[in-house]
Amino acid sequence: MVLFAVLVNRMALALLTLAGVGVIVFVLLRVVPGDPVAMMISPGAGPADIAALKAHYGLDAPLATQFWIWLRGVVTGDFGTSITLHLYVTEVLAARLPATVELATLALLVAVLLGGTIAIVGTLMRRSAGETVIDGLNSIMLAVPDFIWALALVLLFAVALPVLPLTGRIDPALAEDFTTRFYLVESILTGRFAVAGNILSHMAMPALALALPLAAVIVRLLKQSLKEAMVQDYVLLARIKGFGELRLVLQEALRNAVGPTLALTGVQFTFLIGGTVIVERIFSYPGIGNLAIDAVINRDFPLIQGLVLLFGLIFILINIGVDLTVAALNPRLRHA
Amino acid sequence: MFNVTRRQALAGGGGLISSLLLPQRFARAAAGSTLNIAYNVNLPSFDPDVGPSSVNPTIQAIYRSIFDQYVGQKPNLAFEPGLLTGWGWSDDKSKVWMDVRQNVVWHDGSPFTPDDVIWSIQREGKPDGGNPVSFIWAGIDNFKVDGKRITADVKQYDPVLFKWMAFLTGYVLPKAYYEKVGPQGFEKKPIGTGPYMVDAYEGNAYLRLKANPKYWGGKPAFETVVFKFVPDATSRVAEIESGSSDVTLEVPYEEFDRLKGKAGLKGVVTPISDIGQIFITNGGVMDDKNVRLAMCHAVDKETIVKRLLRGHGVPIATLEAPEYAAFDPTIKVAYDPALAAKLLGASGYSKEKPVKFTIQTTRGFKPKDYEMIQAIVGMWRNVGIEANIEIYEIAKHFELRMSHKLAPAAFYNWGNAIGDPTTSTGFAMFSKSPHSAWHSDDLDAKIGPLWGEKDEKKRIQGWKDVDRYIAEQGYILPLLQYAQPILYKSDLKVTPNVSGALQPTLVSK
Repeated sequence: MVLFAVLVNRMALALLTLAGVGVIVFVLLRVVPGDPVAMMISPGAGPADIAALKAHYGLDAPLATQFWIWLRGVVTGDFGTSITLHLYVTEVLAARLPATVELATLALLVAVLLGGTIAIVGTLMRRSAGETVIDGLNSIMLAVPDFIWALALVLLFAVALPVLPLTGRIDPALAEDFTTRFYLVESILTGRFAVAGNILSHMAMPALALALPLAAVIVRLLKQSLKEAMVQDYVLLARIKGFGELRLVLQEALRNAVGPTLALTGVQFTFLIGGTVIVERIFSYPGIGNLAIDAVINRDFPLIQGLVLLFGLIFILINIGVDLTVAALNPRLRHA
Repeated sequence: MFNVTRRQALAGGGGLISSLLLPQRFARAAAGSTLNIAYNVNLPSFDPDVGPSSVNPTIQAIYRSIFDQYVGQKPNLAFEPGLLTGWGWSDDKSKVWMDVRQNVVWHDGSPFTPDDVIWSIQREGKPDGGNPVSFIWAGIDNFKVDGKRITADVKQYDPVLFKWMAFLTGYVLPKAYYEKVGPQGFEKKPIGTGPYMVDAYEGNAYLRLKANPKYWGGKPAFETVVFKFVPDATSRVAEIESGSSDVTLEVPYEEFDRLKGKAGLKGVVTPISDIGQIFITNGGVMDDKNVRLAMCHAVDKETIVKRLLRGHGVPIATLEAPEYAAFDPTIKVAYDPALAAKLLGASGYSKEKPVKFTIQTTRGFKPKDYEMIQAIVGMWRNVGIEANIEIYEIAKHFELRMSHKLAPAAFYNWGNAIGDPTTSTGFAMFSKSPHSAWHSDDLDAKIGPLWGEKDEKKRIQGWKDVDRYIAEQGYILPLLQYAQPILYKSDLKVTPNVSGALQPTLVSK
């Protein structure tokens, strides 16, 4: 009941936040230089032609009128029509979001598994040369941003050792039909494991590029938390009982150490989503990140507005999800 | 509740991993030959006649694969029959006639008719239809059909009208199909009369085309063509170097030179109809002719092309590239820094007391754009010009140009796939064009009469005279004609297109 009240409260705040974001991005787009008509106007066009194009895209009305038209649409689920794609914005976002969701989820899984494993190994090797090596490598991982990892992976796995496909979400030569846009999930659920393998091979490099910086954050925080937990009384008791080091780490220390890491991972996950913009571009991965770059370059106002609201909603939902998960794992927080 | 045991999870994971590693056998779309092109831009929209995509020169290669234009164009920019097999003007230049190609079918098997031509022109000419060059098409009206011949009235003679039919938004779309499915339906399942049909499309990822067996121009060489949208240059280089793609274009010149001789690869670099120039905006110090001419004479274009662009480019003295109709090789602007210094001295400027202004440029939008401006600023400094470089985005450039608020000097490139002087010198220098930076009555007086000049020889000579005048006055600083690098597998043959459109029909085995 308490959790439900918290959820309702957070959703109400989320709506207010999204409304604020919507207003800011709407105004900013029309204030900064560059509009879609200027980008496409032909050299021979006269003032009447320019006016006609502006009218065609609804850019000739006063700012307040434009905002009211847009707001009325948003409230009814109509985000307008993309100027460049000539499709409804909601349709475009619905078509592209699953690709990013799958990529981000895979990257998160990789980050958690990789980061968690290295943190546990580092804890097992604490106070040894091995821990120093792990800390050193982790510092490098932490310092290198996702797009640099992306380029390094391109050179390594697409050029030097061409074992992974470089671009796209699936081999263009495949004649596969999908009912949903969750290609990976659908292919697994329908038993098309070879297709799933192909999709995974395309996701491997972008997911790794996104995962490595997050994994480094997880390693740093989780290892520290584990080291602190390993000197607690309950761990000492378990050690006295004769349990092995690995069991002490996994079954005694981890469950208490994971809380702060989980919270931070959730926050960092939002940065990972932001990282999809450049990484998707490098790998020509057809998600909302790649879409966002084209939308901004082309000054596609309706699409940019829709994307910003979508990103805002994703960030809010992730934060709510993290809070609820942490509260679920730690009963003390449920009544906070 | 669905429970997965540890054993099941490991088995499932192993299955996925092994499917990654084992050779994969799938139902493949391509039976026969496939051409993979790592393309440098995304395709946002399938409508070649409305919206921003319709005036994007880089996308035209894709549109020409799916659709046909009224008038065709050869790789050397010469015009040829397209869906019109003949065209012309009445003697008094008040009417046009167009002969429509017979025995052509749309990709859905329905027949192509004169009604499609009329409907397409009318749609393109609607002022509220979203066509950025509707003013070209809106002047054609009162259509009549007699067999395969269409005649129509023209409100005002336009010597470039039929050239526009081979240029941006000059595509014929299917009237019946489009009216049935609507604009959004057409976006999802487009059809044309072109050599290739749309088979599959994933925005920002790829477009798969399959050969049109009933194409009027003959079945294309490849059964399947895949355009992979790879806007990142590093990724395009990786695509061709790894063998994942068969052809790519617009890679950095250094990478082109590195890869063109590599085993299994070939390269060709061709001057195209794209030019680079520095706009000069009237007002302030730019009203001084000595300053303008000094700017022009101080720039060593040969060295810029040789050193920065590795020799890939052609220095130009006017806005007409050598392939353009009004190119005049006798117009020259010599690299003469001594003359530049003398001109500036006559206006009271020197290295110790330089003339100062801002020059705007993009960075990374065109090959070595920022580096070229850096070099030019250095050359100017040697004669008594102190230019402050301001970097801006291309969108801001368009906005500033449209409102005539560009800096005194601004770098830009200009595409002109039809090579007519109206679409280069005309639109760049006529003050009523939203794309011009230099506004002066003397130039408008020379350009104005050429728009409707009915004598073609006189018209072309007129434009040559305008270009000479512009060079003498220093109203703009043309820099170079760009060269397009194309890398491809050595078992292929590629015919470069001077318009820059890498059409799959120009690639063969």
